[in-house]
Amino acid sequence: MTAVITPSSGMAHGRLMAVAAYRPARIVTNEEMCQRIDSTDEWIRDRSGIVERRYAAPDESVADMATTAATEAIARAGIDPADVGMVMLATVTHPYQTPSAAAEVAFRIGATTAAAMDIAAACAGFSYGVEIANSLVRCGSARYVVLVGVEKLSDWIDPNDRSTAFLFADGAGAVVIGPSDVPAIGPVVWGSDGGQLDAITMTQSLIDYKLNGGTVFPSLEMKGQQVFRWAVGDVARVAERALAAAGVSAEDLDAFIPHQANMRITDAMVRSLKLPDHVPVARDIAYTGNTSAASIPLAMQAMLDAGEIPHGGTALIIGFGAGLVFSAQVVTLP
Amino acid sequence: MSQEILDGLAVIVNEVAGVPVEDVQSDKSFVDDLDIDSLSMVEVVMAAEDKWGVKIPDSEVKNLKTVGDAVAYIAANQ
Repeated sequence: MTAVITPSSGMAHGRLMAVAAYRPARIVTNEEMCQRIDSTDEWIRDRSGIVERRYAAPDESVADMATTAATEAIARAGIDPADVGMVMLATVTHPYQTPSAAAEVAFRIGATTAAAMDIAAACAGFSYGVEIANSLVRCGSARYVVLVGVEKLSDWIDPNDRSTAFLFADGAGAVVIGPSDVPAIGPVVWGSDGGQLDAITMTQSLIDYKLNGGTVFPSLEMKGQQVFRWAVGDVARVAERALAAAGVSAEDLDAFIPHQANMRITDAMVRSLKLPDHVPVARDIAYTGNTSAASIPLAMQAMLDAGEIPHGGTALIIGFGAGLVFSAQVVTLP
Repeated sequence: MSQEILDGLAVIVNEVAGVPVEDVQSDKSFVDDLDIDSLSMVEVVMAAEDKWGVKIPDSEVKNLKTVGDAVAYIAANQ
């Protein structure tokens, strides 16, 4: 016979309860980058808006950075880590195929009964994670979810590649997502386009590196103009659809926080969206670089802590990157 | 026809890169004369695609050296 299975039952809504960041100590200037690439401070600023970026120390791991950010987010949320039901790390730079970085972080932050997993959705990883966390809270699989966007991209760049080396950097941003009485996370608009796998990829697989006796370790490579066209065209339409799905107009936004891919992409997106001038736009990339999955929570934390955007305000977040993958939603700021 | 495209393109180049409309002439090089870099060029191309309903693939963009090249391509592929 078919037994009657008791379904899970969750909360009406989820919300971002707190955000916190970890920025590595070491500042890497454009001048320092130019010791390895044929470029200039002016060219880098003009093409990317990046003034400087931060690199983790050689012995500072993805899990280390995530642990620091997650611990602070839990403190800010005022919850007991033992009540965390899931720890998720959005990352593509944890250097082990297994075990996950999330399992290590869950243990280190005291979320000893939590489920744990990494999400490999590149620069869309944080927005993907917000939707997954929201779903877990709403269906009762977890009361509190710790979501960390974290990258140590300095390990995976070719420092001699003048088209990409200056873009990428390290850092971690963490949020706690938990129950809410009112809607505080809008419907996600997300997807993927594997037809453009080669737009942002690795120079070779780790297996090819091993078998071919290669001397050049795999690193990130990107077709900049192809990615730019996709981001400013298709991805900007995704942002519009996320606003429409949430029933929020651009006029009502207190913040636009796109993945910090490149200041030029952000500028073009703002033009494409015809975003009203009064809406603050995240430009954290200038002093943080492109930190992939970490960039949205890092920018959110910086803007909130600086008082540029209000706690409880309404923000549009959008992530997009290698896959290609994309994801956007409207959220109430913690 | 070509004059209409030239005028429209001048407006687009102005909106994307702040180049004065009157500077956008057929013989001008996007890179050397108008200081349009590769990313701004992508924006110009996308706006032109929307305005005139043409497809300008990335492989073609590098052949559009001057404003006149772009006007001719758009006119021929409209």
